Amino acid sequence: MSILTIDHLGIEIGHPLVHDLSLDLEPGRIQGLAGQSGSGKTLTSLAILGLLPRTARVSGSIHFGDRDLVGLTGRRLADIRGRHISMVFQDPSSSLHPQLTVGHQLTDHMRRHLGLGRRRAVERAVELLSQVKVPEPERALRRYPHQFSGGQRQRIAIAIAIACEPEVLLADEPTTALDVTVQAGILQLLRELVDERSLAVLLVTHDLGVMSAVADDIAVMRAGRIVERADRHTLFHSPRSDYTRTLLEALPGARHGGSDA
Amino acid sequence: MSATAHAPRRVPLRLRFRLPRAVRTPLGGIGLAVVLTWLVVALTARWWLPYDPLAQDLPRLQPPGATLLGTDGTGRDLFSRLMAGASVTIPLALLLVACSTVIGTVIGVAAGYFGGWADEVLMRLTDLFMAFPTTILAMVVAASLGPSLYNAVIAAVVVSWPQYARVTRSLVLSLRTRNFVVAARLLGSSPVRILARDIAPNIIGPTIVLATLDVGAAILLLSGLSFLGLGAQPPTPEWGSMISAAIEHFDAWWIGVFPGLAILSVVMAFNFLGDAMRDSLDPTSALGAGPDERPTGRDADAVADPQEGPRP
Amino acid sequence: MPETTRPAVLHAEDVSVVYPGRPPVVAVDGVSVTVHAGETVALVGESGSGKSSLGRALIGMEPVAGGTIEFDGRPVVPLGLRARAARDTAMQMVFQDPSTALNPRRPVGDQVRDGIRAAARRGVDVPDLPDLFGRVGLDPGSAGRRPREFSGGQQQRLVIARALAASPRLLIADEPISSLDASTQSSVADLMRRLVAEAGAGMLFISHDLSVVRRIADRVLVMYAGRIVEQGPTEQIWAAHRHPYTRALLGAIPVPDGEGRLPRAPSEEERATWREAAAFLD
Repeated sequence: MSILTIDHLGIEIGHPLVHDLSLDLEPGRIQGLAGQSGSGKTLTSLAILGLLPRTARVSGSIHFGDRDLVGLTGRRLADIRGRHISMVFQDPSSSLHPQLTVGHQLTDHMRRHLGLGRRRAVERAVELLSQVKVPEPERALRRYPHQFSGGQRQRIAIAIAIACEPEVLLADEPTTALDVTVQAGILQLLRELVDERSLAVLLVTHDLGVMSAVADDIAVMRAGRIVERADRHTLFHSPRSDYTRTLLEALPGARHGGSDA
Repeated sequence: MSATAHAPRRVPLRLRFRLPRAVRTPLGGIGLAVVLTWLVVALTARWWLPYDPLAQDLPRLQPPGATLLGTDGTGRDLFSRLMAGASVTIPLALLLVACSTVIGTVIGVAAGYFGGWADEVLMRLTDLFMAFPTTILAMVVAASLGPSLYNAVIAAVVVSWPQYARVTRSLVLSLRTRNFVVAARLLGSSPVRILARDIAPNIIGPTIVLATLDVGAAILLLSGLSFLGLGAQPPTPEWGSMISAAIEHFDAWWIGVFPGLAILSVVMAFNFLGDAMRDSLDPTSALGAGPDERPTGRDADAVADPQEGPRP
Repeated sequence: MPETTRPAVLHAEDVSVVYPGRPPVVAVDGVSVTVHAGETVALVGESGSGKSSLGRALIGMEPVAGGTIEFDGRPVVPLGLRARAARDTAMQMVFQDPSTALNPRRPVGDQVRDGIRAAARRGVDVPDLPDLFGRVGLDPGSAGRRPREFSGGQQQRLVIARALAASPRLLIADEPISSLDASTQSSVADLMRRLVAEAGAGMLFISHDLSVVRRIADRVLVMYAGRIVEQGPTEQIWAAHRHPYTRALLGAIPVPDGEGRLPRAPSEEERATWREAAAFLD
């Protein structure tokens, strides 16, 4: 059932940062990876696509189909990136190329991965932009990223990520940099995409509110390890680990939220 | 509870500089080693030269062999002149860079911090000096002051200070809007205090890097002026004028090649050193730790113990 | 409510901030704010609302194009080249990013002492450095270290300590917890509220984080497109808000209850109504 399996992943950059991490991604489900800064959650997502710094040592395996993504390089890695596994990052203003039109950025790798001709690629680009609800898609193709708002840029980034119909989408703090009213729209979009396309999503975020809104399963990370994993309802209502409990209690809305430092 | 909070402490301006890390790289280490070697030579040459660099009593135009590097067209030992030349060129180049740095930095800080018309006036002045081609302006100044090594240094300072003014000004402009400078202003600190405690320590690093990288250019400028006859006058042993003198004796290749190699080695060494120092200050490079801005403490256990103290 | 009997430490009327451009950008469009001693007033809004520009204008960092700003009954003199008058150092600010709010090259104790010195110059009670460190939950023995040896949350506590060292009557906090880890955000916000109340000072807490604001603020001002669209006591804003933007803002907050409820995303038509709707300023 699972389409991507992380098996006993270990990441070391100077010193060990992720230990013995195992996680599955299933189609049609959003797997949340929660944790604070320094917990190793972002490193884990970067490891999947081989985006760790060159000084990183990775152990364990990440199975995607019949391939092990750990240690994959060159052509074979490039074939997977963007085509089968895509990623959306936190800051849409730095994840889009400032000097290429939106149309260019959308059609570029569609043509590379799917071999589409120019006209077909443009048609598809327009379809994608309407799916992610960017207004006036045809005109948008000719514009540059700085001419869009933060929320729209993130929608464009998502459109680029799903352009080649990947099976897996990695999202690293996709809404953290956005206003809360804009975030609501992106979360809704994410849920729609997963339900309609059976995407497998790994959602990395520290925001438990966001987790509660869209994640189906949640794994909590602390100091490089997963300390608890459960489905969303169970995690919020009957967490088993003390760490999870303290995280929940630290939420401002919680009854005994925060500490009286 | 001590009462130290009430006694205003005078904190010495510590120049905590990342030299050690910079020279841990191969190139940085080589650069430093070569620079130090030449500095030692420059300081001590007069006591161990095999021959008097000014005495013209050796057979002329001897190839390397009889004496270490041969002799020049007037019977002077090349090796002795080369080493003596170090004590001419290098200290003057350092003096030149020091003067340019001081003048340029003062102007740059004034322009950057005070802004307004001071900035306009000072920057137009800087632009004026930068508009002249370096060598030609230096030549004009040197020629009008009279050809001598010291006038060459003056001429070189005149053309070299503008770059420091520009760089310093932009550093100060970016520092001025940083929140810790705003915080100091909100606390009623005087401009002098802010310049001394908040601005100066944060521009010293980049300025020193710029200066180090500039030493090579200074040496080339001084040698160039001497080569043209506008700097060191015979019989002063100076590498640039030694190369100039070699033109008459083309087949005595050693007369020009060795001074040239000396210039090459010193300039490259300062450049390696300066590059390594710059990399160590750069937060994005693998070498740099980021100048104090990346927190090394962890918030990882903030939830567990909200009263956490600083990590060791 | 004893609010009106307490003195107003900050009284701003009809403030406008305009940035040059073609056309000029009106970041703040005729905003009035009052903060009394001992109360925490929250200014909430999203990016582009003008809340940070307003905060900077109130403290004198930003020139105003119109309106008046009074601190403790006297007009605020904008920050200029000359040292700020001692009396105005009773207005302090806590910034969003602690890593740029501390001088990387000076020991943190010295930087907090700058605040103590400001208080001394005003002739008010001078706090003790170890005491200040203790109050923000830091080890006084760490005063000799440089900022980078502290975590982000600790650095922010140092910034707070420095601001409080000046014995301020008004503290303006511009997104002070946004750069912190989610779990430290609440505790630092609580800390700020407590320390400010203890000192009898007033605080203007600028934030986009409504959940935290609800915990610590006495009154809330909701800002949109440079204007205040609604203001009132905190619970009233939550329970009985009237402006459509307030409604949309509150409805967009994801509730961490594990129920998988998607927050409401406002439509384009809805957004268009926010600007037009009348403000509720009573």
